[in-house]
Formats: sequence, C-alpha cells, structure tokens
Amino acid sequence: MISRLAWIATLVTGLFMVAQYFIKTDATNAVYTTLLDYYQIIFAVSMIVGGIGLLKQHSLKVQRSSQQRRYSLITIAAILFMVIAAVIFGTGAASPYQWAFNNLQAPMQATTFSLLAFFVASAAYRGFRVKSAPAFVLALAAVIVLVGKSGFGEMVSQQLPAIAGWVLNNPSTAAKRGILIGVGIGSVATALRVILGIERSYR
Amino acid sequence: MFDPASLVLLIWVLLTCGVVAYFSYRRRVSRLRLRAIPGIAAIEEAVGRATEQGKPIVFTTGWGGDIQRPTTLAALNLLRFVAGKAASYGCRILFPTHDPVIAEAAKEIIQTAYNEAGHPDQFREDDVTFVSPSQFGYASGVDGIVSRQKPGAIFLFGTFEGEALILAETGNINGALQIAGTDSTIQLSFFIVACDYTLIGEELYTASAYLTDDRRVQSSMYAQDLIRAVVVALLLLLPILAMFGVNLYKEIM
Repeated sequence: MISRLAWIATLVTGLFMVAQYFIKTDATNAVYTTLLDYYQIIFAVSMIVGGIGLLKQHSLKVQRSSQQRRYSLITIAAILFMVIAAVIFGTGAASPYQWAFNNLQAPMQATTFSLLAFFVASAAYRGFRVKSAPAFVLALAAVIVLVGKSGFGEMVSQQLPAIAGWVLNNPSTAAKRGILIGVGIGSVATALRVILGIERSYR
Repeated sequence: MFDPASLVLLIWVLLTCGVVAYFSYRRRVSRLRLRAIPGIAAIEEAVGRATEQGKPIVFTTGWGGDIQRPTTLAALNLLRFVAGKAASYGCRILFPTHDPVIAEAAKEIIQTAYNEAGHPDQFREDDVTFVSPSQFGYASGVDGIVSRQKPGAIFLFGTFEGEALILAETGNINGALQIAGTDSTIQLSFFIVACDYTLIGEELYTASAYLTDDRRVQSSMYAQDLIRAVVVALLLLLPILAMFGVNLYKEIM
C-alpha cells in the first residue's frame, strides 16, 4: 500500500513537472515554486539528520578507541566549532566562522584540488601506453593537443596549433555530441521508467 | 501559457515518452539480443572478487548530481543490484555521499537488499555516510575511506566533476577493481584511463536493463535505441536536404 502511494506521488509529481515546463500559468508556477520549497525543506531536514549521523558515527569511532580516533576527534571538533561560531558570532566577513572558512577550509580544499595535477600525470602515463591501434590513436591525439595547445606548439611547427584545434573541434566534439544525444534520450527514458513505476529502487 | 518556441522540444519529449511507454507496456520485444557491455558484465565479478578477498565494496554517486538528476536515479537503480549481490554474498557495502537526501535513499535501498537476501542483521546503518557537501571535502572523505578500508571493488556511478580523477586514482593506487559510469563527457576520459571498466554516457542508463529479467525495462532500452536511430537518420538526412535548398534543421531539431 505504501509502495503504491509512493508510486502515485511519483507519477503525479513527475507528470506535473514535465507539464509545467511547457505550460506556464500563475497556478502551475505557484505549484512548481511550492514543490521546490518542499524539496529545500526536505534537504535542510536531511542535512540535519546527516550532520547528526556524522557526529554519531565519529563519536562511536572515538569510543571504540580505533587507530583513527584522532581523525574523528578533529572532525567532531571542526563540526562543533563551525556550528557554535556561526550561532554565536554570525557568518559576517569578520566572524570566526568566516576566518575558519578562509584560512582552514579553503586552503584544504585547494590542497585536495592540487592533487589533481599529480593524478593527471600518473593517469596519463598509464593511459598513453601504446598497446593497440586505438591506444596509438589516443596517444597521438593527446600529444598533438598537449603540444599544440601549449606555447611550445608553435616552436615545433606553425601548423601544430591549428591541427590541435581541428582535433578538438571536429573528432572530439563529434564524439561528445554523440554521447550527449544518447545521454539525452537515456535521461528521458530513465525519468519515464521511474515516473511510470517500471523501474524503481524502492519497494 | 504555452510557448510556441517549445513546440519542437515538446514533440520530441512526447515522441520519446510515447515510444518508450509503448514498448515497455506491450513488451513488444520478445527476442532481444543485448550487446555485451564488459563493464556491466564485470559488476557481479567485482562483488564476487571483493567477497573472496574479504574486503568491502565502495559505491558512490559523485559530487555533481542531486537526487533529481536522471544519472543519480540510474545510479541508484544500479545500487539496488549491487547491494542485492553484496547482501547475498555477505559482502559489506560502503556508500559515502555528499548529499543527505541521496544518503537516505541509499540507506533504504541497501537495507531492503539485505532484508530480501535474508540477512537483515548484516546491514550497518553507519556504512551509508553523508561525508560533506563540499566538493573536495567529499573527495577527501571518500579517499580516506578507500585508503583505510582497502575495498576490493569500487563503483563510481553518477555525475562526477573535478573529484573524478582524485577518486579513481586513489582506488587504483589501493588495488581495487573499479567500474565507473557517468554522463560527464569531460570526466569520462579520466575514468577510461584510471578505471578497469567504464560505462560511457547512456550505457549507465541501460545498465539496469542488462541486470534485470524485467521485459518492460529491457523493451524500454530497445525503444531508446529506436529513437536514437531516428535522430541519427535525421542528422544524416537534414544536411542532404539542405544541399537541395530544403532547410528543415531549425524546424525539426
């Protein structure tokens, strides 16, 4: 019974969301805005549930006195600090919350992001090992684009930047568009299967 | 009211929906031969390998999508199969995510899988983790889980952005068998070089049809292929017509 109700709610909401995209009236806009508001409410509540779950999980790790307890202690301290600092001092430009964001969180995020440079190098090394004819084409295209798009490209050949541009604008774009056409049709079909209850991850 | 500029889009949506719904409900396709996709065939092997090694599996849907995104829905449909296999083999499944709504949906799916497999006691609620809504906080959290738990298999299905290669390379360094699938064309190249198997674009949407015996789901995949064939035919036909002065591209596409 609950499963049927869930499916009816999915069906009605799904069909409405498709219809409101094409038919704009005051009534459909109002219902659409209300549904988005409800999603925000669900998101906010689940964020609280997620935050509490995170604290609970790390508290258990601290109690179990595992080797990683120090990481859990840091996580708990960081979560509590940010919440308490935001509640007491607000989130203004000169607040401790903003200071922690600018001086702790942002540099840590930048550090993680910078790992990409090393991971790109190691992945490229594996990916460009020529073991077959398609791998040779991949490696050749990569070398042309890498060298052609760098300042070094013109030094090698005046034609190389133009060839690199052709590789990006023609074969690469054609392949991307082929994938995107499939993705677009697949998205509609998946959404329809969910709306009609043909495929559902709930019971 | 109705914007006439949206008419072509509306016709395409109705056509796609109509064909998919028709084939799904009529189950017209009685003898469907599915093209082998190695990444999908490897899903069961990956869960079995992790079970034999006594290691958990990690399943994550990426930072780029929320629950409304079709890619996330397709990934959650796949989670149902992966969790079902993991539950029947007695393999632990870890699900870190950046979105608390996805976490709740995943919790429900994994718990149902363990219940259906007859092992409700093996479901651990804290294996489904809301890590962080921040992109690189999420990437660090998942990397931490992978580095500490050393999973036997990692499933990266969903919408990924800059964190894709960070996750895939960490999994690779830790020796996990990795299967990825995404609609993000930029991240696909990273997955192809860093993962053992990659589902490209729409293969992610059709994966569940391969893993189910439900004729309706399989028939809908046939309908998807049919629509795609029509689009490809139009893409070939319209430039030829344009050469003869009949320019219908804007009207149809």
